[in-house]
Amino acid sequence: MKVSYFPGCTLKTKAKQLDKYTRKSAEVLDITLEEIENWQCCGGVFTTARDEIATKLSSVRALSEAAKKDQILVSVCSACHNVIKQTNNAMQTDDEFNFRVNQYIDEEYNGEAKVMHFLELLRDEVGFDKVAEKVKKSLEGKKVAAYYGCLLLRPSSVMQMDDPENPTIIEDLISALGGEPVIYPYRNECCGGYIALENPESAKARSNKVTDSAAKSGAEIIVTACPLCKYNLEKNGSEIPVVYFTELLAEALGVKEEN
Amino acid sequence: MQRIGVFVCWCGSNIAGTVDVQAVSDALQNEPGVVFSTNYQYMCSQAGQDIIKNAIAEHKLTGIVVCSCSPRMHEATFRKTAAAAGLNPYMVEIANIREQCSWVHKDMPTGTEKAIILGKAAVAKVNLNAPLKPGESPVTKRALVIGGGIAGIQTALDIAEAGFPVDIVEKKPTIGGKMAQLDKTFPTLDCAACILTPKMVDVAQNENIRIFSYSEVEEVGGFVGNFDVKIRKKARFVNEDICTGCGICTEKCPQKKVPNEFNLGMDNRRAIYIPFAQAVPKVATIDADYCTMLKTGKCGVCSKVCTAGAIDYTQKDEIIEEKYGAIVAATGFNPISMDKFDEYAYNQSKDVITSLEFERLTNAAGPSAGKLVRPSDGKHPHTIVFVQCVGSRCAACAEKGKEYCSKICCMYTAKHAMLTRDKYPDTDVYVFYIDVRTPGKAFDEFYRRAVEEYGVHYIKGMVGKVSPEGDKLMVQASDLLANKQLHIEADLVVLAAAIEPDKSARPLATQLTASMDTNDFFTEAHPKLRPVESPTAGVFLSGTCQGPKDIPETVSQASAAAAKVIGLLAKDKLTGNPCVAGSDELMCNGCSSCERVCPYGAITYVDKEFRMPDRTTRVRRVASVNEAVCQGCGACTVACPSGAMDLKGFATKQIIAEVDAICR
Amino acid sequence: MNNSTENLQKEIIRSSGVNPKKCMRCGKCSATCPAYDEMEYHPHQFVYMVENGDIQPLLESKSLFQCLTCFACIERCPRGVEPAKLVEAVRLAVIRKQGANHLKADDIPALLDEDMPQQAIVSALRKYSK
Repeated sequence: MKVSYFPGCTLKTKAKQLDKYTRKSAEVLDITLEEIENWQCCGGVFTTARDEIATKLSSVRALSEAAKKDQILVSVCSACHNVIKQTNNAMQTDDEFNFRVNQYIDEEYNGEAKVMHFLELLRDEVGFDKVAEKVKKSLEGKKVAAYYGCLLLRPSSVMQMDDPENPTIIEDLISALGGEPVIYPYRNECCGGYIALENPESAKARSNKVTDSAAKSGAEIIVTACPLCKYNLEKNGSEIPVVYFTELLAEALGVKEEN
Repeated sequence: MQRIGVFVCWCGSNIAGTVDVQAVSDALQNEPGVVFSTNYQYMCSQAGQDIIKNAIAEHKLTGIVVCSCSPRMHEATFRKTAAAAGLNPYMVEIANIREQCSWVHKDMPTGTEKAIILGKAAVAKVNLNAPLKPGESPVTKRALVIGGGIAGIQTALDIAEAGFPVDIVEKKPTIGGKMAQLDKTFPTLDCAACILTPKMVDVAQNENIRIFSYSEVEEVGGFVGNFDVKIRKKARFVNEDICTGCGICTEKCPQKKVPNEFNLGMDNRRAIYIPFAQAVPKVATIDADYCTMLKTGKCGVCSKVCTAGAIDYTQKDEIIEEKYGAIVAATGFNPISMDKFDEYAYNQSKDVITSLEFERLTNAAGPSAGKLVRPSDGKHPHTIVFVQCVGSRCAACAEKGKEYCSKICCMYTAKHAMLTRDKYPDTDVYVFYIDVRTPGKAFDEFYRRAVEEYGVHYIKGMVGKVSPEGDKLMVQASDLLANKQLHIEADLVVLAAAIEPDKSARPLATQLTASMDTNDFFTEAHPKLRPVESPTAGVFLSGTCQGPKDIPETVSQASAAAAKVIGLLAKDKLTGNPCVAGSDELMCNGCSSCERVCPYGAITYVDKEFRMPDRTTRVRRVASVNEAVCQGCGACTVACPSGAMDLKGFATKQIIAEVDAICR
Repeated sequence: MNNSTENLQKEIIRSSGVNPKKCMRCGKCSATCPAYDEMEYHPHQFVYMVENGDIQPLLESKSLFQCLTCFACIERCPRGVEPAKLVEAVRLAVIRKQGANHLKADDIPALLDEDMPQQAIVSALRKYSK
C-alpha cells in the first residue's frame, strides 16, 4: 500500500524517534510512505477563525498533492493530523473559505483527499489483526497507558477517529501488540500544550494530573502520538517513561534499535 | 346548470381586515352559475347559517360556495347547514380566504384579488360537483391496546369498564411497564408498586380484558371499526394455562448467570424466570437465549421440578388473528443509551448509574434489597452527585442526545435527592441543574422541600467531566452563580438520562399507517384539540409514546384515549367518506399500477364480462375499489396511465376547472 | 451598544462562525475547561458577553491567552455553541491590530529550553501573534 506521508517539522528535529519508527514499522507492514515533496509546516495549531486563510495554505498544498496522486494523506503527529484534517473539512464544508483558498493555489482543490492518522491507517486499512500477526516480540505483561491528549480526538465531528470520551484505538493497538492497556480518566485531557512557553506552571499542573493518574492506575509506560505532549509529560517529572506509540510498535515488530 | 349561492365571511376582522368582502361577493355574483351572493360578519354563527339555509330555499340553490376559513375548521359545519336545508352536503365547497389569504397578505388590494380568484375556483368546481352519498361500515366492538405499562393498563381498564372487550398486547412476559420498576412516585411519595399492582390485578381479573403477554403485533390490516390484526404470541415454553406461578422452576434452574433486565442488569436471574413477584400473568418464561435445554437438549431441570407439568420445550410461536374496532398505541419509553456521554464515565465506572438504575437500587425488591449502596463495592455512598439533562435539550448532534426536554427528570431527581437525605442524613447530595422545571400540581413545593427541608445542594451549572480515580469519582463542574469551577469527590454519580420512545414504536407506526415526528413520538391529530387521536382514523395514543409524560399525565391521557375509543365502539355503524376512488371499467386496461401504489390495500382486480360492439362477450381484468378501505388519498388517480381512475368529489375535470378559473 | 462595538460583535460572530444565541446557559463549557482557574472570564461568559456586545472587557483580558483551543468545550457543549471558536475570534480581533502581538519573536529565546519541540513555538506564535 502506498500512501502520502506528511511528517511535520518536529519529526525532523526533536521528535525523530516518532518519524523513524513510523517508517520502520510501515516497512514491516508493507506500507510505502511517500513523503510529500516540499511540504511546509502545518503551523502546529488549527486557527478556528473562518477568515484565516494564509495559515492553512501549507496544509491545503499537502492535501492537494496527495489528492493528485490519489493517495491517503497520512501523518503521525497529532498536531499535524488535527490541522490537516480540520483544514480539509473546512475545504469541504465552508464554501466561502474554499473560495478564498482557491484564489491562492494553482490547481483547484475541494477537499478530495482522504486524511488519516497513522493509527487509523493501522486500524482501518491494515487491520490490527494483521498487525498482531507481524508481532515478533510481544509486549506481554506490559501495562501501557495511552495518552490521547486533545488533538487526536477533538473535535470529534471532524476528526471522526474514535469516541472522544472513551476512545479505544490506541488501547486496541496495545492489545494487538500483546500489551495490557491501562484505562485512566485523564487520557483525553489537555497536557497544557504551548502554554509551557509562557506559563510552565500551568502546563506542569495539567501534565502531572495526567501522569499521576496513569501511574496510579498501574501503568508502567505512557504512549503518545504528539511531540508536545511527550515534552510536557516528561518535562514535568512523569514517574513513568513516556514514549511515542511508534516506538512500542517498532519494538513489538522487532525493528527497534537497542539504545 | 347549477344554481350556486356564494357566502363570503368576514370572520370579524380576520378576513375583512385584509379582504374587501363586499368586492368579493360582488365579483363572484357574475360567475357562471351563481344566482346569489352575499357576505356576513360570522358565517359560522347561527345567524350566518340561517342566511345560508334561507338562501338555499329561496333561490332553489343546487350548490354553495362559502368563502371563509380553512375547510379543516368549518367544512363540516357548513355541510351540516346545507344538509339541514335539504341540499346534498357534498355540493358545498369552501374557498379558504383566511389562512391562505387574509392571514398571509398585508394589503387589501392583493388580499381582495386573491380572495376573488379562490372564490372563482370554488365556483368552477361546484359547477361540476355531483351529490355524493357516504357508505356505511359496521364497527367491531373490541379494542386493541398495544403496550401494557400504566398507560395501556389504564386505557384497557376504562374501556373494559364501559363494557367493551379489550386485548392488551405486551412484548414482555408481564404487564406493568416502567412504573413497575419505580420505587416511589412524586410528588406524594407513595410506593409505585402499591398503587400499580392492584391495577395489574384488576386487569387480570376483568372479564372484558385479555392479556397477550410476551406477544407482539405482527400485521395490521383493515380500517377504522374493522381492523384485522395478527398477533405473534412468542413461545415462552411454559403452558400459561397450567403454570401456577409457584416459582420452584426459577429457584432450581441451574443457569444462574442471566442479566436481569428488570433490575437493569445489576444482578442476575435464571434462564426460566418470572420478572418480579407481582407479575401479571404470574407465569414463568424460558429465555431461549440462555436455556441449556433449548440450546443443547441437555438439562430439563425445570420440567422435572414442575409439579403442574407446565413446561413445554416444544412450544412454538403462535399467531392469533383478531378483529378490532379501535387500536391504542401505548408503547412507552426508555432512557437513552449513555454510550455517547462518556465524559460522565458511565461505561468506565460501575458507580456512575442512570436514574432508573437508582430506582432499582433503592427499591426493596431491587438488587440490593433497597439499601443504597455503590454497585462496585457495596459500600454506602457518602457523597452523591445528580446530573440533570444528560442527553435532554441536546441539540449539538442528533445521534448523541435529544433536542427536547424529557420533562420528568427534574421531579424524579428531586425525589431521589430528598429520599436519600431522608433515609441517609449523613449523605451529601448535590444536584446540578440547567433549569429546574416543575410545573404541575404540588411539584414546585416538592422541589423546594428537597432544598429547604432536606438540605439538598442544588447548583446551577453542569458537570463537565467525571473521572474515576481509585474508589472515588472526581466530578468537575461549574457553579454558575458562584462563578466557580467545582471539584467534588463523589462516591456515586446519578445521570438523569433523556427518555426516548420505545424502539418498537417506529415499525408499529408503519403497520398502523400512523405518523410520527422526527423523534419517533407518535403525532397527534391536533396538538391541542385532538391530543389522544392519531391522524389515522381509529388509532389512538396513550402515554409516553406521544411525548414525555409523568405518571399523572400519562394516566389522564390514557383515560382520555379510552373515552375516545368508547365513543367509537359505542357506534353501530360508521359513516364513511364518499370522496373515494372509483375506476371507469371501460377505460381500465388492467395494468395493476393503481394496486401497487395504494397504501391501504383498497384496490383489487376482478375478471369481468364485457359486451363487445359485435355482441360477443369478452372477459377483461379490471380494477375494483373497496370503498370502505379507500381513504381517498388519490395516489391511484395519478398512477393510472389510462385515466380510468378518478376520485369522487375531486375528479380530474373538477381540479382542472379550478385551475382554469385561477388562470383565467 | 455603540456602532463600533456592534461592528466588532458582528465581526467576531462572522469570523468565528458561532451563534451565541444558541447558548442555553448550562455552563458545561466552563465545567469542562482545563484553563478555568487561569481565566478571568470563563468560556460561558465569553459567549454571554459577546452576545450582549460587552466585548471591551474581553479584549483587555488575559483570559484570551489562556485558552489553548483544546476543543473540550466544543466537544461537550449540548447546543453546539463552540465557545473556543469565540475566544479565538476575540483573540484575533486583538492581535490583528498593529503592534498588538502578545508574543514577539524576540521574546522566544528566553522562554526556550533545549528539549522544547518546534511545535510549541510555532503553535504559540500562531495563537499569540500576527
